[in-house]
Amino acid sequence: MIGDIIGTWIAATLTIAIFSFLYRDNPLYRAAEHIYVGISAGFAVIYAWAFDVYPMLVDTFKTNLSARNYLEAYILIVPALLGVIMLLRSIPKLVWISRIPLSFTIGIGAGLGLIASVQGYLLPQISDTLRPLINLNNAIIYIGVITTLTYFYFSKEHKGALGALSRIGIVFIMVAFGASFGYTVMARVSLLIGRFYFLFHDWLPLIR
Amino acid sequence: MNLWERITTIDRRIIYLLLTIVVITPLIIKPKILVRVSQPVRDAFNAVDQLPAYSVVMISIDFDPSSAPEVQPMLLAILRHAFKKDLKVILTGQLALGLPIGEIALNQVAPEYSKVYGKDYVNIGYRPGYSALMVGIGREIRDFFKTDYRGTPLDSFEFMRSVHNYQDIALLVSLAHGAVADAWIQFAGARFKQKIIVGCTGVNAPGMFQYYSAHQIEGIIGGLQGASEYEALVQKPGSATLGMPAQSTAHGLLILLLIIGNIGFLISRKRGKR
Repeated sequence: MIGDIIGTWIAATLTIAIFSFLYRDNPLYRAAEHIYVGISAGFAVIYAWAFDVYPMLVDTFKTNLSARNYLEAYILIVPALLGVIMLLRSIPKLVWISRIPLSFTIGIGAGLGLIASVQGYLLPQISDTLRPLINLNNAIIYIGVITTLTYFYFSKEHKGALGALSRIGIVFIMVAFGASFGYTVMARVSLLIGRFYFLFHDWLPLIR
Repeated sequence: MNLWERITTIDRRIIYLLLTIVVITPLIIKPKILVRVSQPVRDAFNAVDQLPAYSVVMISIDFDPSSAPEVQPMLLAILRHAFKKDLKVILTGQLALGLPIGEIALNQVAPEYSKVYGKDYVNIGYRPGYSALMVGIGREIRDFFKTDYRGTPLDSFEFMRSVHNYQDIALLVSLAHGAVADAWIQFAGARFKQKIIVGCTGVNAPGMFQYYSAHQIEGIIGGLQGASEYEALVQKPGSATLGMPAQSTAHGLLILLLIIGNIGFLISRKRGKR
């Protein structure tokens, strides 16, 4: 209970310190910013150890060793070594070695991502776009897709019919940007509300 | 300098002060506003509501404290809905900083419905490298999570003994503020036909509608507005419902400033030409 109260006071103080930047930059804001970055980094390190390195490497190694699964135990040295090599990025002369584990990461990421993009994004979206032209909404989708793609066609100068289509495409792009920006404004205001809710609900009991 | 020219050069701190006033006032006086539930949120609600009792729902905490004011109310509302329906909940997360927020929500909601850790819900924790994890769960969840986040073996929980891969998970809920929701849809949804609902921040919501339109996800809960709609459907108003009047007044102020600013700009430009 006393821990909650202390935690709430610390959080409220840091929130006000961050808000103080709205007036102008000041040492209190910078201190809060550095505390946030430091704690986030520390937290991430603890999580990497507790949820990744220890259970998936150290613990698994020990378990396999005690069960006499020597191959499954010693094969773990390979990813452990790759992980250590990755840290060599901080030594300029040995940066080139760190490209080996990076190539594994990029290769796996690209392989997984490529299939996912085609199977989970491109094909379903194309399939959904090819709708029967039986109502206005479907017609607007066709016009939007064709004109937007035309806008991004750069192999020919945008003149005449091509120019007209690309200008219509700009309208669709602007509508999409507008919708996205509107949602972004809503999101940012929500964060402000969330902080004030914390200050007036959890810290100062003005909202009940 | 005339009035319109002054408006275009107004000190930004005055705008901050006005915004503070229009946000704080509704939070304190708490005016009641009618919440109209949109179809994407209703579909998300129905996806949970139509599950038979004791079905397994996996909730992935894919946001961190920077997005908590928007997404945390969704998590609380979905947990209340799931526990009310006697669904079994598996909590996981793809962001290290997000998982404690999920734990806080579980500790808050589970006692309201007398739910017991291990019997009705488990928290299996976090593993880095979500792309490989999402594909791997399609084969066997134990390849990545042999234990829960406290180190207890998964098989020591009765309901987890029958959970091996996506076939045993009736619904996946991704509460996200970034690209993780897209990854769930593209890996778990497209490859393993996993039913998914997405709760996301307002910034991410426009990007999710294409998946909803293509029936790749069951429903969307977008931003604080979506959270308030879900709270209305579970009949348990929370911080999202309380925040919506402030959201409306803030939007009203921003629209007003936008109009006044543009009128001022146009008049100043016209006078400058003369």
